[in-house]
Amino acid sequence: MTATGAYTPKPGAAPLTRMIAAQAVLETKMLLRNGEQLLLTVVIPTLLLVLFSTVDVVDTGEGEAVDFLAPGILALAVMSTAFTGQAIATGFERRYGVLKRLAASPLPRWGLMTAKTLSVLVTEILQVALVTVVALALGWSPQGDPVSVFLLLVLGTAAFSGLGLLMAGTLKAEATLAAANLVFLLLLVGGGVVVPLDRFPDGARDVLGLLPISALSEGLRDVLQHGAGMPWGNLATLAVWAVAGLAAAGKLFRWE
Amino acid sequence: MRSEPVVQVQALVKRYGTKTAVDGLDLVARQGVTAVLGPNGAGKTTTVETCEGYRRPDSGTVRVLGLDPVRQSAALRPRVGVMLQSGGVYSGARADEMLRHVAGLHAHPLDVDALIERLGLGSCGRTSYRRLSGGQQQRLALAMAVVGRPELVFLDEPTAGLDPQARRATWDLVRDLRADGVSVILTTHSMDEAEQLADDVAIIDAGRVIAQGSPEELCRGGAENTLRFSGRPGLDVASLLKALPAGSSGAEVAPGSYRVAGEVDPQLLATVTSWCAQHGVMPDRISVERHTLEDVFLELTGKELRS
Repeated sequence: MTATGAYTPKPGAAPLTRMIAAQAVLETKMLLRNGEQLLLTVVIPTLLLVLFSTVDVVDTGEGEAVDFLAPGILALAVMSTAFTGQAIATGFERRYGVLKRLAASPLPRWGLMTAKTLSVLVTEILQVALVTVVALALGWSPQGDPVSVFLLLVLGTAAFSGLGLLMAGTLKAEATLAAANLVFLLLLVGGGVVVPLDRFPDGARDVLGLLPISALSEGLRDVLQHGAGMPWGNLATLAVWAVAGLAAAGKLFRWE
Repeated sequence: MRSEPVVQVQALVKRYGTKTAVDGLDLVARQGVTAVLGPNGAGKTTTVETCEGYRRPDSGTVRVLGLDPVRQSAALRPRVGVMLQSGGVYSGARADEMLRHVAGLHAHPLDVDALIERLGLGSCGRTSYRRLSGGQQQRLALAMAVVGRPELVFLDEPTAGLDPQARRATWDLVRDLRADGVSVILTTHSMDEAEQLADDVAIIDAGRVIAQGSPEELCRGGAENTLRFSGRPGLDVASLLKALPAGSSGAEVAPGSYRVAGEVDPQLLATVTSWCAQHGVMPDRISVERHTLEDVFLELTGKELRS
């Protein structure tokens, strides 16, 4: 055994932006490679959009069905990626020691979370593009101000990310898997995504209206279907969820 | 020639609820390879994970490369490589993909292809992590620990469950790391591994270091060794005993089979062989049995099973 110099120490961290970018690319690759995740984030929203637009399953009120459905499906896409997908993926990363191992790498923990957020945003951009193209092909005629739409999507992402990470960082991976899927299903039905909230009894409607999914889907619908101005009420609801969720996740998240 | 400590642990205490995992542990590890031995539950992993910054000491101080692993984590992390006992990789990632990613988090990483080749991970191809064999997963974790060209690597049971070839490859890599000036702290259950690799061995039991030294020092200390030889039956053992230094003992344990116990050093061996020469005895199958690290370990930590 002689010294070859091949392993002579030469430590150092890569530049922070490069680390975060690399981490975001890897996280996005992992997500796009995962069949269940794609089912959740791509197949189900697209399928629901096409099915409910072309077959008269639920009464979506006056006007074209797609004009009612497209905003709801956009909200669903945000929830599927920022909440369900992120919760399940992060839960299993925690379970399999990925978070623990990365915590020992030069990438700081906040850098890892930033990369996760970037990965969620990239996925959402792809989803929004897909849903928009499909909806336009189905005859969608969106109204309103793109800035309002953008703000709703960003605050919705923050709200769902906080809740998803809270779940992933506190529950067992299997519990997260089950709970995140259950919540996805319940909110899909009860959150104004494909079923208008005014189909529910008054009392239930008031409560359901406070859910982040309802705030997002109703806000997007007010703007995109009815051309309403800045939906302050819905934005405020999402902001409250975002602050509460992210604060709780920041406090309670366990890395292993 | 012993340099500044790479790891310095003083009076470390770590409790989980009411259970005390580490109970006032002192440990100094210097440049080179340090093996941490101990029964299950002795506090090995807790100690190492405290050095890695995963756990906050309840009391006591820990310094790694002179830094506090919790407070100065950002400065320390790039300089240290970590191999966890298991996991640490995205279940859908390929081996080369994950290794390249970890390499990319460092400023001057090793050549990834050469490392893959060296550790025999080239055959993993497009297989995702969850479908790799246990040995392949283990070698990937090792590669991830060294790829950033660290000054110090922590290896938590690096060869547990490996086949002999993979174990040898791991040992060779550890030797090369050492030769190039990388310090290694490894926990292991394999006495063989500690004897083969370590400059220094620390034996931990019940949350404390109960013995530390080079493998030779530990094997020599306290325990007496044995010399055996065969000759014709009925030799005059009493006359042999007279020639031996005080404190030695000797007996014909079976006809023609002789055993000398005591501090077996070169002098004693010379005494026995010259006694044989004087008595016209050809000592067949003469052998010196040194205490192994395993003997020392069992002597120190007891033979009863641990939970």
